[in-house]
Amino acid sequence: MTLILAIETSCDETSAAVVEDGQEILSCVISSQIEFHKKYGGVVPEIASRKHIEVINPVIQEALDKAKIKQNDLDAVAVTYGPGLIGALLVGVCAAKAIAYSLNIPLIGINHLEGHIYANFLKVSRDQGIQASSSLKPRNLETLMPFICLMVSGGHTMLVLVEDHGKYKVLGRTRDDAAGEAFDKVARLLKLGYPGGPIIDKLAKEGNPNTIEFKRPMIEKQFGYDFSFSGIKTAVVTYVNKTQDSGLKTQDLVASFQQAVVDVLVDKTLRAAKEYNCKTVCLAGGVAANSCLRKNLQEKGQGLNILIPPLSLCTDNAAMVGCLGYYKLKQSQTADLKLAPVASLGL
Amino acid sequence: MKFITKSTEETVELGRKIGKTLQPNDVVALIGDLGAGKTTLAQGIAQGLGVKEYVTSPTFIIINEHQGRIPLYHIDLYRLETPGAIEDLGIQEYFSKGGVCVIEWAERLGELRPSNIKSIEIKVMSEDERRFIFFPDIILKP
Repeated sequence: MTLILAIETSCDETSAAVVEDGQEILSCVISSQIEFHKKYGGVVPEIASRKHIEVINPVIQEALDKAKIKQNDLDAVAVTYGPGLIGALLVGVCAAKAIAYSLNIPLIGINHLEGHIYANFLKVSRDQGIQASSSLKPRNLETLMPFICLMVSGGHTMLVLVEDHGKYKVLGRTRDDAAGEAFDKVARLLKLGYPGGPIIDKLAKEGNPNTIEFKRPMIEKQFGYDFSFSGIKTAVVTYVNKTQDSGLKTQDLVASFQQAVVDVLVDKTLRAAKEYNCKTVCLAGGVAANSCLRKNLQEKGQGLNILIPPLSLCTDNAAMVGCLGYYKLKQSQTADLKLAPVASLGL
Repeated sequence: MKFITKSTEETVELGRKIGKTLQPNDVVALIGDLGAGKTTLAQGIAQGLGVKEYVTSPTFIIINEHQGRIPLYHIDLYRLETPGAIEDLGIQEYFSKGGVCVIEWAERLGELRPSNIKSIEIKVMSEDERRFIFFPDIILKP
Protein backbone atom coordinates (compact mmCIF):
# COMPACT_ATOMS: atom_id res chain seq x y z
CA MET A 1 0.00 0.00 0.00
CA THR A 2 1.39 3.41 -0.98
CA LEU A 3 0.12 6.53 0.73
CA ILE A 4 0.80 9.85 -0.98
CA LEU A 5 0.15 13.29 0.42
CA ALA A 6 -0.69 15.59 -2.49
CA ILE A 7 -0.64 19.39 -2.55
CA GLU A 8 -2.07 21.74 -5.20
CA THR A 9 -1.78 25.55 -5.05
CA SER A 10 -1.38 26.53 -8.70
CA CYS A 11 -4.08 29.20 -8.85
CA ASP A 12 -7.02 30.10 -6.61
CA GLU A 13 -7.45 26.90 -4.61
CA THR A 14 -5.35 25.61 -1.75
CA SER A 15 -5.88 21.86 -1.74
CA ALA A 16 -4.37 18.81 -0.04
CA ALA A 17 -5.29 15.15 -0.37
CA VAL A 18 -4.22 11.70 0.76
CA VAL A 19 -4.42 9.11 -2.01
CA GLU A 20 -3.83 5.38 -1.64
CA ASP A 21 -2.21 3.45 -4.51
CA GLY A 22 -3.07 6.19 -6.99
CA GLN A 23 -6.75 5.27 -6.87
CA GLU A 24 -8.44 5.62 -3.54
CA ILE A 25 -9.09 9.14 -2.26
CA LEU A 26 -8.78 8.91 1.53
CA SER A 27 -9.30 12.67 1.81
CA CYS A 28 -9.36 15.73 -0.41
CA VAL A 29 -9.62 19.16 1.21
CA ILE A 30 -10.12 22.34 -0.82
CA SER A 31 -9.79 25.67 0.97
CA SER A 32 -12.75 27.38 -0.69
CA GLN A 33 -15.10 24.62 0.39
CA ILE A 34 -17.71 25.79 2.85
CA GLU A 35 -17.04 22.90 5.20
CA PHE A 36 -13.42 23.92 5.67
CA HIS A 37 -14.31 27.56 6.16
CA LYS A 38 -16.86 26.89 8.83
CA LYS A 39 -14.21 25.14 10.85
CA TYR A 40 -11.55 27.81 10.50
CA GLY A 41 -13.89 30.78 10.39
CA GLY A 42 -12.45 32.25 7.22
CA VAL A 43 -14.04 33.87 4.25
CA VAL A 44 -13.67 32.64 0.69
CA PRO A 45 -10.04 33.35 -0.06
CA GLU A 46 -8.99 36.05 -2.44
CA ILE A 47 -6.69 35.23 -5.29
CA ALA A 48 -3.40 35.75 -3.58
CA SER A 49 -0.33 33.86 -2.53
CA ARG A 50 -0.64 35.30 0.95
CA LYS A 51 -3.96 33.55 1.35
CA HIS A 52 -2.34 30.26 0.37
CA ILE A 53 0.25 30.81 3.11
CA GLU A 54 -2.46 31.38 5.70
CA VAL A 55 -4.38 28.19 4.94
CA ILE A 56 -1.79 25.71 3.66
CA ASN A 57 -0.96 24.17 7.06
CA PRO A 58 -4.56 23.77 8.25
CA VAL A 59 -5.54 22.33 4.84
CA ILE A 60 -2.74 19.73 5.01
CA GLN A 61 -3.58 18.86 8.62
CA GLU A 62 -7.27 18.50 7.75
CA ALA A 63 -6.37 16.16 4.88
CA LEU A 64 -4.32 13.95 7.21
CA ASP A 65 -7.01 13.99 9.92
CA LYS A 66 -9.80 13.11 7.50
CA ALA A 67 -7.73 10.27 6.07
CA LYS A 68 -7.10 9.15 9.67
CA ILE A 69 -3.38 8.84 9.12
CA LYS A 70 -0.28 10.34 10.69
CA GLN A 71 2.59 12.04 8.89
CA ASN A 72 4.79 9.01 9.56
CA ASP A 73 2.46 6.77 7.55
CA LEU A 74 3.19 8.72 4.35
CA ASP A 75 5.31 7.18 1.61
CA ALA A 76 5.80 10.28 -0.53
CA VAL A 77 4.69 13.89 -1.10
CA ALA A 78 3.49 15.02 -4.54
CA VAL A 79 3.08 18.70 -5.38
CA THR A 80 2.07 20.80 -8.38
CA TYR A 81 5.09 22.84 -9.53
CA GLY A 82 3.54 24.39 -12.66
CA PRO A 83 1.96 25.84 -14.67
CA GLY A 84 0.32 28.51 -12.55
CA LEU A 85 0.86 31.68 -10.63
CA ILE A 86 4.44 31.69 -9.44
CA GLY A 87 3.75 33.04 -5.93
CA ALA A 88 0.89 30.59 -5.43
CA LEU A 89 2.89 27.60 -6.67
CA LEU A 90 5.77 28.54 -4.40
CA VAL A 91 3.65 28.09 -1.27
CA GLY A 92 2.71 24.49 -2.14
CA VAL A 93 6.21 23.59 -3.32
CA CYS A 94 7.82 24.92 -0.13
CA ALA A 95 5.33 23.11 2.10
CA ALA A 96 5.89 19.85 0.20
CA LYS A 97 9.67 20.18 0.38
CA ALA A 98 9.56 20.81 4.13
CA ILE A 99 7.43 17.70 4.70
CA ALA A 100 9.54 15.50 2.38
CA TYR A 101 12.72 16.68 4.08
CA SER A 102 11.51 16.30 7.63
CA LEU A 103 10.02 12.83 7.06
CA ASN A 104 12.83 11.78 4.72
CA ILE A 105 10.40 10.56 2.03
CA PRO A 106 10.44 11.13 -1.75
CA LEU A 107 9.24 14.40 -3.25
CA ILE A 108 7.40 14.28 -6.59
CA GLY A 109 6.91 17.33 -8.83
CA ILE A 110 3.63 17.30 -10.74
CA ASN A 111 2.56 19.16 -13.88
CA HIS A 112 -0.91 20.58 -13.20
CA LEU A 113 -2.17 19.85 -16.72
CA GLU A 114 -1.00 16.25 -16.55
CA GLY A 115 -2.73 15.99 -13.16
CA HIS A 116 -6.09 16.96 -14.71
CA ILE A 117 -5.85 14.01 -17.11
CA TYR A 118 -5.28 11.61 -14.20
CA ALA A 119 -8.44 12.82 -12.43
CA ASN A 120 -10.11 10.25 -14.70
CA PHE A 121 -8.36 7.36 -12.99
CA LEU A 122 -9.34 7.93 -9.40
CA LYS A 123 -11.83 5.55 -7.87
CA VAL A 124 -15.19 7.21 -7.52
CA SER A 125 -17.45 6.41 -4.62
CA ARG A 126 -21.17 6.12 -5.07
CA ASP A 127 -21.94 9.40 -3.33
CA GLN A 128 -19.68 11.33 -5.72
CA GLY A 129 -20.72 9.38 -8.74
CA ILE A 130 -23.25 10.59 -11.24
CA GLN A 131 -21.31 9.81 -14.31
CA ALA A 132 -22.37 7.32 -16.86
CA SER A 133 -18.77 6.39 -17.28
CA SER A 134 -17.54 6.31 -13.71
CA SER A 135 -17.11 2.70 -12.91
CA LEU A 136 -16.69 1.90 -9.26
CA LYS A 137 -13.77 -0.39 -9.99
CA PRO A 138 -10.30 1.02 -10.21
CA ARG A 139 -9.19 1.31 -13.79
CA ASN A 140 -6.25 -0.41 -15.29
CA LEU A 141 -5.28 2.62 -17.21
CA GLU A 142 -2.48 1.17 -19.28
CA THR A 143 -5.11 -0.80 -21.20
CA LEU A 144 -6.85 2.47 -22.15
CA MET A 145 -3.81 3.95 -23.88
CA PRO A 146 -3.51 5.52 -26.35
CA PHE A 147 -6.42 7.85 -25.64
CA ILE A 148 -7.51 11.41 -26.45
CA CYS A 149 -8.03 13.91 -23.64
CA LEU A 150 -9.98 17.13 -24.12
CA MET A 151 -8.77 19.50 -21.43
CA VAL A 152 -11.13 22.43 -21.00
CA SER A 153 -11.11 24.92 -18.15
CA GLY A 154 -11.11 28.64 -17.46
CA GLY A 155 -7.41 28.83 -18.20
CA HIS A 156 -6.80 26.03 -20.71
CA THR A 157 -8.29 24.44 -23.79
CA MET A 158 -6.25 21.69 -25.42
CA LEU A 159 -6.56 18.36 -27.14
CA VAL A 160 -3.94 15.86 -26.05
CA LEU A 161 -3.01 12.44 -27.35
CA VAL A 162 -1.87 10.33 -24.39
CA GLU A 163 0.31 7.50 -25.72
CA ASP A 164 1.75 6.32 -22.42
CA HIS A 165 2.52 7.63 -18.93
CA GLY A 166 4.41 10.86 -19.49
CA LYS A 167 4.16 10.57 -23.28
CA TYR A 168 1.91 13.32 -24.56
CA LYS A 169 1.32 14.97 -27.88
CA VAL A 170 -0.56 18.27 -27.78
CA LEU A 171 -2.66 18.10 -30.96
CA GLY A 172 -4.15 21.56 -30.61
CA ARG A 173 -4.82 24.37 -28.19
CA THR A 174 -6.66 27.66 -28.00
CA ARG A 175 -5.04 30.53 -29.83
CA ASP A 176 -6.74 33.15 -27.62
CA ASP A 177 -9.37 32.56 -24.91
CA ALA A 178 -10.03 29.29 -23.10
CA ALA A 179 -13.53 27.80 -23.46
CA GLY A 180 -14.32 28.36 -19.77
CA GLU A 181 -13.29 31.98 -20.10
CA ALA A 182 -15.77 32.44 -22.96
CA PHE A 183 -18.56 31.14 -20.70
CA ASP A 184 -17.59 33.48 -17.86
CA LYS A 185 -17.25 36.53 -20.06
CA VAL A 186 -20.51 35.96 -21.93
CA ALA A 187 -22.26 35.62 -18.56
CA ARG A 188 -20.63 38.85 -17.47
CA LEU A 189 -21.63 40.66 -20.66
CA LEU A 190 -25.23 39.51 -20.24
CA LYS A 191 -25.07 40.40 -16.52
CA LEU A 192 -25.95 36.87 -15.47
CA GLY A 193 -23.52 36.67 -12.55
CA TYR A 194 -20.48 34.59 -11.60
CA PRO A 195 -19.33 31.87 -12.12
CA GLY A 196 -20.67 31.98 -15.66
CA GLY A 197 -20.24 28.32 -16.61
CA PRO A 198 -22.83 26.77 -14.27
CA ILE A 199 -25.23 29.72 -14.74
CA ILE A 200 -25.23 29.42 -18.54
CA ASP A 201 -25.45 25.63 -18.32
CA LYS A 202 -28.61 25.94 -16.19
CA LEU A 203 -30.28 28.68 -18.24
CA ALA A 204 -29.49 26.93 -21.52
CA LYS A 205 -31.52 23.90 -20.43
CA GLU A 206 -34.66 26.04 -20.80
CA GLY A 207 -33.60 27.46 -24.15
CA ASN A 208 -33.54 26.39 -27.79
CA PRO A 209 -29.95 25.93 -29.01
CA ASN A 210 -31.03 26.36 -32.64
CA THR A 211 -32.42 29.88 -32.20
CA ILE A 212 -29.27 31.65 -33.39
CA GLU A 213 -26.72 30.12 -35.72
CA PHE A 214 -23.48 31.48 -34.23
CA LYS A 215 -20.38 30.80 -36.30
CA ARG A 216 -18.55 27.69 -35.03
CA PRO A 217 -15.06 29.22 -34.68
CA MET A 218 -12.22 27.38 -36.46
CA ILE A 219 -14.28 24.20 -36.86
CA GLU A 220 -12.96 23.77 -40.42
CA LYS A 221 -10.36 21.05 -40.96
CA GLN A 222 -7.77 23.57 -42.22
CA PHE A 223 -7.32 24.82 -38.63
CA GLY A 224 -6.36 21.37 -37.42
CA TYR A 225 -7.05 20.91 -33.74
CA ASP A 226 -6.56 24.52 -32.65
CA PHE A 227 -9.39 26.49 -31.07
CA SER A 228 -10.43 30.15 -30.85
CA PHE A 229 -13.11 31.38 -28.46
CA SER A 230 -12.36 35.09 -28.30
CA GLY A 231 -14.53 36.12 -31.26
CA ILE A 232 -17.66 34.34 -30.10
CA LYS A 233 -18.09 36.54 -27.01
CA THR A 234 -17.99 39.59 -29.28
CA ALA A 235 -20.46 37.88 -31.63
CA VAL A 236 -22.89 37.39 -28.74
CA VAL A 237 -22.67 41.06 -27.70
CA THR A 238 -23.05 42.28 -31.26
CA TYR A 239 -26.10 40.08 -31.71
CA VAL A 240 -27.70 41.40 -28.52
CA ASN A 241 -27.02 45.02 -29.49
CA LYS A 242 -28.47 44.50 -32.96
CA THR A 243 -31.67 42.83 -31.84
CA GLN A 244 -32.54 44.99 -28.83
CA ASP A 245 -36.14 44.66 -27.67
CA SER A 246 -37.07 42.07 -30.25
CA GLY A 247 -38.21 39.68 -27.55
CA LEU A 248 -35.11 37.49 -27.65
CA LYS A 249 -35.08 35.15 -24.67
CA THR A 250 -31.81 34.98 -22.70
CA GLN A 251 -32.31 31.22 -22.43
CA ASP A 252 -32.34 30.86 -26.22
CA LEU A 253 -29.35 33.16 -26.60
CA VAL A 254 -27.13 31.31 -24.11
CA ALA A 255 -28.27 27.90 -25.36
CA SER A 256 -27.24 28.91 -28.89
CA PHE A 257 -23.89 30.23 -27.66
CA GLN A 258 -23.22 27.12 -25.59
CA GLN A 259 -24.09 24.85 -28.51
CA ALA A 260 -21.62 26.68 -30.75
CA VAL A 261 -18.79 26.17 -28.25
CA VAL A 262 -19.71 22.55 -27.53
CA ASP A 263 -20.01 21.71 -31.26
CA VAL A 264 -16.43 22.82 -31.88
CA LEU A 265 -15.08 20.96 -28.83
CA VAL A 266 -16.92 17.72 -29.61
CA ASP A 267 -16.23 17.83 -33.36
CA LYS A 268 -12.47 18.22 -32.93
CA THR A 269 -12.26 15.67 -30.12
CA LEU A 270 -14.03 12.97 -32.12
CA ARG A 271 -12.06 13.80 -35.24
CA ALA A 272 -8.84 13.37 -33.24
CA ALA A 273 -10.03 10.03 -31.82
CA LYS A 274 -10.67 8.81 -35.35
CA GLU A 275 -7.42 10.08 -36.82
CA TYR A 276 -5.29 8.61 -34.04
CA ASN A 277 -7.33 5.44 -33.80
CA CYS A 278 -8.21 5.86 -30.12
CA LYS A 279 -11.05 3.91 -28.54
CA THR A 280 -11.08 6.00 -25.38
CA VAL A 281 -11.76 9.72 -24.98
CA CYS A 282 -11.59 11.48 -21.65
CA LEU A 283 -12.55 14.92 -20.41
CA ALA A 284 -10.60 17.03 -17.94
CA GLY A 285 -10.85 20.51 -16.41
CA GLY A 286 -13.70 22.61 -15.06
CA VAL A 287 -15.70 22.85 -18.31
CA ALA A 288 -15.99 19.03 -18.21
CA ALA A 289 -18.75 19.81 -15.70
CA ASN A 290 -20.89 21.32 -18.49
CA SER A 291 -23.93 19.09 -19.03
CA CYS A 292 -24.30 19.96 -22.73
CA LEU A 293 -20.67 18.99 -23.42
CA ARG A 294 -21.06 15.72 -21.53
CA LYS A 295 -24.30 14.84 -23.28
CA ASN A 296 -23.12 15.75 -26.78
CA LEU A 297 -19.84 13.89 -26.40
CA GLN A 298 -21.60 10.77 -25.18
CA GLU A 299 -24.25 10.91 -27.90
CA LYS A 300 -21.95 11.66 -30.80
CA GLY A 301 -19.15 9.47 -29.49
CA GLN A 302 -21.19 6.27 -29.41
CA GLY A 303 -18.98 3.24 -29.74
CA LEU A 304 -16.16 5.01 -27.94
CA ASN A 305 -15.28 4.60 -24.28
CA ILE A 306 -16.01 8.09 -22.91
CA LEU A 307 -14.56 8.91 -19.50
CA ILE A 308 -15.73 11.92 -17.51
CA PRO A 309 -14.54 12.62 -13.97
CA PRO A 310 -17.10 13.48 -11.28
CA LEU A 311 -17.74 17.22 -10.93
CA SER A 312 -15.60 17.57 -7.81
CA LEU A 313 -12.56 16.19 -9.64
CA CYS A 314 -13.01 18.33 -12.78
CA THR A 315 -11.97 21.55 -11.07
CA ASP A 316 -8.61 22.08 -9.36
CA ASN A 317 -7.98 19.55 -6.61
CA ALA A 318 -5.08 17.74 -4.97
CA ALA A 319 -6.48 14.20 -5.42
CA MET A 320 -5.53 14.19 -9.11
CA VAL A 321 -2.02 15.24 -8.09
CA GLY A 322 -1.87 12.26 -5.73
CA CYS A 323 -3.06 9.91 -8.48
CA LEU A 324 -0.37 11.00 -10.95
CA GLY A 325 2.19 11.09 -8.12
CA TYR A 326 1.69 7.35 -7.60
CA TYR A 327 2.61 6.52 -11.20
CA LYS A 328 5.60 8.87 -11.09
CA LEU A 329 6.80 7.23 -7.87
CA LYS A 330 6.45 3.76 -9.43
CA GLN A 331 8.70 4.93 -12.25
CA SER A 332 11.12 6.54 -9.75
CA GLN A 333 10.47 9.97 -11.24
CA THR A 334 11.09 11.85 -8.04
CA ALA A 335 12.41 15.37 -7.55
CA ASP A 336 15.11 16.63 -5.23
CA LEU A 337 14.83 19.52 -2.80
CA LYS A 338 15.89 21.95 -5.52
CA LEU A 339 12.44 21.58 -7.13
CA ALA A 340 11.35 25.09 -8.17
CA PRO A 341 7.97 26.26 -9.47
CA VAL A 342 7.68 26.95 -13.21
CA ALA A 343 4.92 29.43 -14.12
CA SER A 344 4.70 28.57 -17.81
CA LEU A 345 5.25 24.82 -17.71
CA GLY A 346 3.91 23.04 -20.81
CA LEU A 347 2.77 19.47 -21.27
CA MET B 1 -2.62 60.40 -30.95
CA LYS B 2 -5.41 58.25 -32.38
CA PHE B 3 -5.55 55.20 -34.63
CA ILE B 4 -8.49 53.44 -36.20
CA THR B 5 -8.46 49.77 -37.22
CA LYS B 6 -11.12 48.05 -39.27
CA SER B 7 -10.37 44.38 -38.60
CA THR B 8 -8.69 42.01 -36.16
CA GLU B 9 -5.74 41.74 -38.57
CA GLU B 10 -5.28 45.53 -38.57
CA THR B 11 -5.38 45.55 -34.76
CA VAL B 12 -2.66 42.87 -34.63
CA GLU B 13 -0.59 44.91 -37.11
CA LEU B 14 -0.95 48.04 -34.97
CA GLY B 15 0.16 46.01 -31.95
CA ARG B 16 3.17 44.72 -33.87
CA LYS B 17 4.28 48.30 -34.60
CA ILE B 18 3.84 49.25 -30.94
CA GLY B 19 5.81 46.17 -29.85
CA LYS B 20 8.77 47.17 -32.01
CA THR B 21 9.12 50.47 -30.14
CA LEU B 22 9.07 49.04 -26.62
CA GLN B 23 12.08 48.98 -24.31
CA PRO B 24 12.94 47.14 -21.07
CA ASN B 25 10.80 48.26 -18.09
CA ASP B 26 8.11 49.82 -20.31
CA VAL B 27 4.61 49.35 -18.91
CA VAL B 28 1.68 49.45 -21.33
CA ALA B 29 -1.86 49.81 -19.98
CA LEU B 30 -4.70 48.49 -22.15
CA ILE B 31 -8.07 49.95 -21.26
CA GLY B 32 -11.33 48.93 -22.92
CA ASP B 33 -14.53 46.93 -22.49
CA LEU B 34 -14.91 43.16 -22.78
CA GLY B 35 -14.45 42.24 -26.43
CA ALA B 36 -12.80 45.57 -27.32
CA GLY B 37 -9.66 43.80 -28.51
CA LYS B 38 -7.17 44.12 -25.64
CA THR B 39 -5.85 40.58 -26.01
CA THR B 40 -5.76 40.96 -29.81
CA LEU B 41 -3.63 44.11 -29.49
CA ALA B 42 -1.43 42.33 -26.93
CA GLN B 43 -0.93 39.48 -29.43
CA GLY B 44 0.36 42.03 -31.95
CA ILE B 45 2.62 43.67 -29.35
CA ALA B 46 4.04 40.22 -28.56
CA GLN B 47 4.81 39.66 -32.25
CA GLY B 48 6.55 43.03 -32.36
CA LEU B 49 8.65 41.91 -29.39
CA GLY B 50 9.64 38.76 -31.24
CA VAL B 51 7.51 36.29 -29.24
CA LYS B 52 6.99 33.16 -31.35
CA GLU B 53 4.41 31.17 -29.35
CA TYR B 54 0.64 31.78 -29.13
CA VAL B 55 -0.21 34.60 -26.74
CA THR B 56 -3.41 33.48 -25.06
CA SER B 57 -5.62 35.39 -22.65
CA PRO B 58 -4.12 35.62 -19.15
CA THR B 59 -7.52 36.24 -17.53
CA PHE B 60 -7.50 33.12 -15.36
CA ILE B 61 -3.83 32.72 -14.69
CA ILE B 62 -3.38 36.53 -14.31
CA ILE B 63 0.26 36.62 -15.48
CA ASN B 64 1.69 34.96 -18.60
CA GLU B 65 5.39 35.21 -19.29
CA HIS B 66 6.74 35.01 -22.85
CA GLN B 67 10.25 35.09 -24.24
CA GLY B 68 10.96 37.59 -27.01
CA ARG B 69 13.84 39.96 -27.74
CA ILE B 70 12.98 41.18 -24.25
CA PRO B 71 10.67 39.26 -21.89
CA LEU B 72 6.95 40.04 -22.09
CA TYR B 73 4.85 39.93 -18.94
CA HIS B 74 1.24 39.80 -20.12
CA ILE B 75 -0.92 40.66 -17.13
CA ASP B 76 -4.71 40.73 -16.77
CA LEU B 77 -6.31 42.37 -13.72
CA TYR B 78 -9.87 41.35 -14.74
CA ARG B 79 -10.27 39.00 -11.79
CA LEU B 80 -8.53 41.26 -9.27
CA GLU B 81 -11.14 43.67 -8.13
CA THR B 82 -9.32 45.38 -5.26
CA PRO B 83 -5.93 47.17 -5.13
CA GLY B 84 -5.17 44.94 -2.11
CA ALA B 85 -5.42 41.79 -4.23
CA ILE B 86 -3.13 43.34 -6.85
CA GLU B 87 -0.61 44.27 -4.19
CA ASP B 88 -0.81 40.81 -2.58
CA LEU B 89 0.22 39.24 -5.86
CA GLY B 90 3.24 41.49 -6.15
CA ILE B 91 2.26 42.77 -9.61
CA GLN B 92 4.41 45.90 -9.14
CA GLU B 93 7.55 43.74 -8.97
CA TYR B 94 7.11 43.00 -12.69
CA PHE B 95 7.34 46.71 -13.63
CA SER B 96 11.09 46.81 -13.11
CA LYS B 97 12.21 43.27 -13.96
CA GLY B 98 13.77 44.32 -17.25
CA GLY B 99 10.92 43.14 -19.46
CA VAL B 100 7.84 44.77 -20.96
CA CYS B 101 4.56 44.65 -19.01
CA VAL B 102 1.33 44.72 -21.00
CA ILE B 103 -1.56 45.07 -18.58
CA GLU B 104 -5.22 44.47 -19.42
CA TRP B 105 -7.84 46.14 -17.19
CA ALA B 106 -5.02 48.44 -16.02
CA GLU B 107 -7.46 51.01 -14.65
CA ARG B 108 -7.67 48.71 -11.61
CA LEU B 109 -4.08 49.57 -10.68
CA GLY B 110 -5.26 52.78 -9.04
CA GLU B 111 -2.37 54.24 -7.08
CA LEU B 112 -0.12 51.34 -8.04
CA ARG B 113 0.23 52.87 -11.54
CA PRO B 114 3.89 53.45 -12.32
CA SER B 115 4.76 56.98 -13.46
CA ASN B 116 6.16 55.79 -16.82
CA ILE B 117 2.94 54.01 -17.84
CA LYS B 118 1.85 54.24 -21.49
CA SER B 119 -1.95 54.09 -21.74
CA ILE B 120 -3.85 52.81 -24.74
CA GLU B 121 -7.60 53.23 -24.58
CA ILE B 122 -9.65 51.09 -26.98
CA LYS B 123 -13.12 52.22 -28.04
CA VAL B 124 -15.56 50.03 -29.92
CA MET B 125 -16.90 52.05 -32.88
CA SER B 126 -18.78 49.25 -34.66
CA GLU B 127 -18.64 45.47 -34.96
CA ASP B 128 -15.21 45.53 -36.66
CA GLU B 129 -13.99 49.08 -36.12
CA ARG B 130 -11.89 50.10 -33.11
CA ARG B 131 -10.38 53.44 -32.08
CA PHE B 132 -7.10 53.54 -30.14
CA ILE B 133 -6.10 56.55 -28.10
CA PHE B 134 -2.49 56.73 -26.87
CA PHE B 135 -1.43 58.68 -23.82
CA PRO B 136 1.34 59.70 -23.88
CA ASP B 137 2.08 59.33 -27.59
CA ILE B 138 3.98 56.30 -28.81
CA ILE B 139 5.94 57.14 -31.96
CA LEU B 140 5.43 54.29 -34.43
CA LYS B 141 7.75 53.61 -37.33
CA PRO B 142 6.02 53.03 -40.67
